[in-house]
Amino acid sequence: MIELTVNGEHHELDVPPEMPLLWALRDVLGLIGTKFGCGIAQCGACTVHLNGAPVRACIMRVGDIAGQKVRTIEGLAEGTRLHPLQQAWISEDVAQCGYCQSGQIMSAAALLERSPNPTDAQIDDAMAGNFCRCGTYNRIRKAIHAAAGFQSAQFVDAAAEVKA
Amino acid sequence: MSVQTTVSMNRRTLLKASGLLGGGFLLGQLPAGSVLAEEAVQDLVVTGEMNAFIRVTSDGRITIYSANPEMGQGIKTALPMIIAEELGAAWEDVEVLQSPVDESRFGRQRAGGSTTIPRNFDSMREMGASAREMFISAGSLVMEVPEEELDTAESRVVHTSGRYMTFGQLASLAAKQDVPDPGSLSFREREDYRIIGTSVSGVDNLSIATGLALFGMDTRVEGMLYAAYQKCPAIGGRVVSANLDTVKKLPGVTDAFLVRGNGNPRELLDGVAIVGTSTWAVFNAKEQLNVTWDEADASKDSWRALTRDARALKGSRGAELTLEKGDVDGVFADPDNTVREAFYEFAFVSHLCMEPMNCTAHYRHGADGAPDSLELWIPTQAPGRNISTASAMFDLDESRITAHQMRLGGSFGRRVYSEYVCEATAISKRVRAPVKLAWTREDDMHHDFFRVGGFQNVKAAVNPDGRLVGFEHHFIGMSTDDQPVMGAWFRDTEFPMQNIDHVHASKTLLEIATPCGPWRAPGSNTNAFVVQSFLNEMAVAAGRDYVDFLLEILGEPRWFEEGNIRSLNTGRAADVIRLAAGKGGWGRRMPAGSGQGFSFYFCHAAHVAELAEVRVTPRKQLIVDRVTVAIDVGPIINMSGALAQVEGSVIDGLSTMLGQKITMEGGRVQQTNFHQYPVLRMPQAPKVDVHFIQSDYAPTGLGEPALPPLAPAVGNAVFAATGERVRTLPFSEAGFGA
Repeated sequence: MIELTVNGEHHELDVPPEMPLLWALRDVLGLIGTKFGCGIAQCGACTVHLNGAPVRACIMRVGDIAGQKVRTIEGLAEGTRLHPLQQAWISEDVAQCGYCQSGQIMSAAALLERSPNPTDAQIDDAMAGNFCRCGTYNRIRKAIHAAAGFQSAQFVDAAAEVKA
Repeated sequence: MSVQTTVSMNRRTLLKASGLLGGGFLLGQLPAGSVLAEEAVQDLVVTGEMNAFIRVTSDGRITIYSANPEMGQGIKTALPMIIAEELGAAWEDVEVLQSPVDESRFGRQRAGGSTTIPRNFDSMREMGASAREMFISAGSLVMEVPEEELDTAESRVVHTSGRYMTFGQLASLAAKQDVPDPGSLSFREREDYRIIGTSVSGVDNLSIATGLALFGMDTRVEGMLYAAYQKCPAIGGRVVSANLDTVKKLPGVTDAFLVRGNGNPRELLDGVAIVGTSTWAVFNAKEQLNVTWDEADASKDSWRALTRDARALKGSRGAELTLEKGDVDGVFADPDNTVREAFYEFAFVSHLCMEPMNCTAHYRHGADGAPDSLELWIPTQAPGRNISTASAMFDLDESRITAHQMRLGGSFGRRVYSEYVCEATAISKRVRAPVKLAWTREDDMHHDFFRVGGFQNVKAAVNPDGRLVGFEHHFIGMSTDDQPVMGAWFRDTEFPMQNIDHVHASKTLLEIATPCGPWRAPGSNTNAFVVQSFLNEMAVAAGRDYVDFLLEILGEPRWFEEGNIRSLNTGRAADVIRLAAGKGGWGRRMPAGSGQGFSFYFCHAAHVAELAEVRVTPRKQLIVDRVTVAIDVGPIINMSGALAQVEGSVIDGLSTMLGQKITMEGGRVQQTNFHQYPVLRMPQAPKVDVHFIQSDYAPTGLGEPALPPLAPAVGNAVFAATGERVRTLPFSEAGFGA
């Protein structure tokens, strides 16, 4: 049994330790939002957070991360409240085919946690590991800026409430 | 500009309306000449699996069904927008659902060739306008006012006085009204549009952003097993034996067996199936697989040999004539003319869908003499073709096959055949369980239907005035069984051959076994590169500005085949050329090491001009800063989706031209995964400025036509920046890097 906390839920997985996290998520836990693209950490479609940092789930063996915390696209929203990036992805109409987008969003989410108001250069750097055959890069960049704006707007709102 | 577009009213289908149990309105269609009796229609409506297009329930919810495959081209959003516009629905009230697959009821359910909008625009308008008239009839009865004083807007029937009733209130009564005669329908004027032409966010965006199941790869059904399939690396090899006993002992593997195919790569090739309890179990086992293949009949293709054979034809004409007019030899022999000749090459490329090929199949063996049946979950551009192929292959009546069309994680022409469907079905039939077959990335790259590579020898003359006067073209393409493969063509209408008087075009085909298929703008994606690069060479040789040179070749505004939207219209062409040149700042002074390049191309009924601005470093790093696109595809349906298609085509085109190349030796594709097949990443993405000319011509598709002009625009800019003319795709062959 391999223990794993996924999106805040504790799981005991009866899988071989060499199974990549990607397939444990998709086939065992049914969390199909994390996508398979290449299996060699080249495309970023399988990006998830491991203890808060973005990793490619296709090359992480579950046996090597036993007891650790994983966050997937399914764990990004808080209940029915979407993450600012998810809102921005919808309002900017980012997706074309959409297959790579959960990986893109997870890379972007990790970036915003490190840099709440990233520059274009920081975005390029953080997102270079995720590719998109449909070519949605310019909208992804725009959506990340928009989400950063939503975040700071929420922060201001919260501050206003405190004052009131 | 105003052009009368005639709306074809020869209806292939018949609209049928019905009420809904519990109240509501439903409008669907039946194929013309349908033998279904009225009661049968009612039954289908009641069971809700009718060929419905519009459903309005008493609570005011409007459901519009989208019949065509969605692969990122945005059709699942755009077609319902057309219905909603004519109906007078508020877009917020609309929910879009994917239709079941049944071409006998829905008509053609394919997507491809940028044809879905032009094929469906009129029928979608008719559907929406018919429903609108029925709501107006119902509103007239209830509100006791003449129909002429009513219109629809925001999901309401509104009287000129401002009084209104909602669609929900009127739905049951509207269902009882006569379906209007199609000849009596009128359509909204463009200036009155509230939905068409606006930016609407894709209908699946919430599901995409939250990671919900949409794609074929995400299918999970009760009792499902997972499968992998290994085919011969030399395409078409037969399976002899494999270490099945070893593989079966590996963790999570439940079965492994040989599958005998029919030798057709579009249907079922020989291979080894591995079945297990997870994708990882079968992928892992696949790596341990040792197979003995009989390669006697397998592909022996060699890119090196093809290149050698083609280069031997440099400077020649082909034996088979495509077009001859005027006296091209005389023009070339005239000592006052400037003549140039060049040889262009382009590699095979892969489709590279982010979602590898996959299919979930559940083959059910009939018990007690009942016939067998098959249920399929397929990411596909051609669900109807998948059903007919599976029907023939597995000897099942088509009525025994149910197919669910899943969202496609990219396709670009890739998912038009049925091999992954037949593989999954064969495996499910054997193991008597539902099976999800997933290809590895390596399978996907090796067993593609590639964009065909090829070679072109081009020669042209300009007269002392700098005008293009003669053009000669030798197309060296590929054939299989003596038939040109998909995309291996250079038609007699190719620009500029209709525009000048002295032309000779010929071809030679080299035989290959490597499967080829449609790849985003087949033929055009390479022909544009050759012709627009070479015409630029001619303009340079003549000392001419390239935009002026192109406008001069186009000549007076005229439509080569009046009324045929797929024939070149030089007026539309000149308009996009001038717009791109103006908006992109053509001719502005560029710093050293930088350059502008321009191109024009016409395909898929779209006139497109592109202007690229590039920088090239001394170590030949190629940076594309900005691409300006001007395009005329008539009125835009979804502005956001349309912009996305153009932006995506530019970036995809750049990604492909920079470094993508598939080679094969001994019939084996040599690239295995993305580390050997570079894809453009965010830091290399140029800024893309898009300008639409929304002319009054019929609206046409945008999935493909913005891609072909990109490579020559960039190539011409590289020449302007460096003086180096690149005549090879990809540019990495000439030492350029991203």
